Amino acid sequence: MNPKELISFVADYFPMLVRKPAPKYVSESGNRVYGMVAEFHETPKIYHAAEIVRDAGYSKWDVHTPFPIHDMETAMGIKTTKLPLMAGGAAITGVIIAILLQWGTTAYLYPTVVQGKPFEAWEPFVPIMFELGVLLTAFMCIFGMLALNGLPRFHHPLFSHERFYKVSDDRFFIAIESTDPKFDPSETRALLEKAGGTGIALIEDED
Amino acid sequence: MSAIHPDESMARRMHGLQPGEQPVARKNPILPGSSDDGTLSEDPGKRAPCVLGDRSFEDVTNIVCGYAEAKMPKPWLAALTITSSIAALGTGMILYLIITGVGVWGLNNQVDWAWDITNFVFWIGIGHAGTLISAILCLLKQNWRTAVNRSAEAMTIFAVVCAGIFPGIHVGRVWFAWFLAPLPNSNGIWPNFRSPLLWDVFAVSTYATVSLLFWYMGMIPDVATLRDRAYMRLTKGISRPMALPMPIGNDIPLPMLPKPDQLRCLIYGIMSLGWRFSSRHWHRYEKAYLILAGISTPLVLSVHSIVSFDFATSVIPGWHTTIFPPYFVAGAVFGGFAMVLWLMIPLRIILPNFSDLLTKRHLENMAKILLLTGTMVGFAYGMEFFIAWYGANEYEFAVFADNRVNPAKAPYWWAYWTMITCNVVFPQLFWFRKMRQNPLVIWIVATAVTIGMWFERFVIIVTSIHRAFLPGEWHMFFPTWVDILTFVGSCGIFLTLFLLFLKFLPVFALAELKVVMPQSHTHDDH
Repeated sequence: MNPKELISFVADYFPMLVRKPAPKYVSESGNRVYGMVAEFHETPKIYHAAEIVRDAGYSKWDVHTPFPIHDMETAMGIKTTKLPLMAGGAAITGVIIAILLQWGTTAYLYPTVVQGKPFEAWEPFVPIMFELGVLLTAFMCIFGMLALNGLPRFHHPLFSHERFYKVSDDRFFIAIESTDPKFDPSETRALLEKAGGTGIALIEDED
Repeated sequence: MSAIHPDESMARRMHGLQPGEQPVARKNPILPGSSDDGTLSEDPGKRAPCVLGDRSFEDVTNIVCGYAEAKMPKPWLAALTITSSIAALGTGMILYLIITGVGVWGLNNQVDWAWDITNFVFWIGIGHAGTLISAILCLLKQNWRTAVNRSAEAMTIFAVVCAGIFPGIHVGRVWFAWFLAPLPNSNGIWPNFRSPLLWDVFAVSTYATVSLLFWYMGMIPDVATLRDRAYMRLTKGISRPMALPMPIGNDIPLPMLPKPDQLRCLIYGIMSLGWRFSSRHWHRYEKAYLILAGISTPLVLSVHSIVSFDFATSVIPGWHTTIFPPYFVAGAVFGGFAMVLWLMIPLRIILPNFSDLLTKRHLENMAKILLLTGTMVGFAYGMEFFIAWYGANEYEFAVFADNRVNPAKAPYWWAYWTMITCNVVFPQLFWFRKMRQNPLVIWIVATAVTIGMWFERFVIIVTSIHRAFLPGEWHMFFPTWVDILTFVGSCGIFLTLFLLFLKFLPVFALAELKVVMPQSHTHDDH
């Protein structure tokens, strides 16, 4: 995460700490413009539209779909997430904690003779090593996934767009942010129209 | 979509986002004159549809959310009244046990594990089907699992809740239950990490946590759908006022309270964590789901293996066998699928449209799993007996011959033969296609298997320890009324939780169901 991303991450959660840069575009009512959305009705259309926006060179944009569309990563040009690496790290941490917990208590803190077995025998420690490894991996998967996604975040400018609520049912949306260097109200609108989008609208950022 | 869709009136009503009644059921079967609903074709070149009735995405959303939004039918309220009373009774029994002591159970010096541990193993076993469906079938790319995975995972959580009660209360002085945790006691002694009982604590608590997280993560997008629908109804001003539902008679209006949709916005809003269906999020979400499925697969196999170590590492004849881990795992999957079927088949009748999402093909697939795992369990019973004879350990052989099988000598012969009949004989019906395609037959077999799997644990636990090496120690076990009512109460807790789940959470994995529909393909040609 580079410093710029860190600042925008902090700004999402604690807007009072970070002074926002002057808005690039302002709507007629004087609010900062968050970006532009276009609506699509069918899966193949949103897939091809994503390819068009990707090829036009946009970087700060997103596709919102009611379900994960197969191979959308390619259509959008998303890099593969680092989540598996993080989960692997969590698994190793879990195993190390289990080793320290069991070996430390059984062989050092309070060695107790149980069935005459050697104090530091590793074999009986395997089940708990496995369980703790799995547990921490699961925590990392879910909480790591949420953290990388910037969730929980209960307010988002997109939620001010009434039609956007249909995204949880059967609509598909492309949202291009105004902070994207290539964003331009008329050109972006033309691009989204060319890609087959309907109901194209500017979204205001209310704060 | 066809022009005259039988659900069109429902679709129109829901399109206005009114807090609709239950969607109208489509007439089954669709092939006239047969019991086939269009999914039972055996043509290997044709894949059976996972969602019937030419549904659009919107239909599926309406159907699934309709269950959580519409008023539940009266039978649901009546059922909840009964099950929650039973759950309250069970809670009372647990309190009575804690106040009085484990002497209120039928345990004695010889049989010191009986119904408590039987119930524990029974419930934890039932939980396995949920994780199996969500994890192993996910890795094997079995699309049909999307119809059952949410409710099976919910069932897993509730079964683990019931399972967790018994080891907690069977220790006697429950205020010392913290001895289970890896903490030093007041003498500085740590728990014995070489004991399978402690492994079990870790295994079951990890399993409960991971299952809960898996279930919750799967629900985030679907709960966000419920949140959005409630918000849209509120902004359009078509929300129902709050009313107290009554099992009999009219609902009591409560206009001073907030509207149900306001509560939905708040609670579902918090639960869905602000999910906004972003593809960048979906990408990480799917990766996380896949890793979770990957780690849950060995986890689910490990849990019942470790439960079986509780028995297998002892030196008691009848417990001390190496076949226990795979035998217990197969039994757990068997019992779990039986419970899934036992719950789902009545729901297909009670809740309209359920049968479009949970087709006969789903039932048939699960019946095949019952047949497979039932036969594996039957093989394990036979192999256990064979090794007792072949191993030439006369004590072990006596446990089988004289404590279990032979009616002339074994006082618990009826329990053993109930187990064999229910678990091995009944599932063999599924060799016949007519049988495994008939929901009623499947439901009867599922009932038998559930009973049989409870008896399996009873047979393993009680018949092995009620006669030890010295005949002077031999004792019978008789359950007391507290034993019986505690078990009945745990069934009440399970069913109450399941009924609440049906009402308040998305019963189907909406986003996953949409993925297996033909409209989700990105290319028009396939």
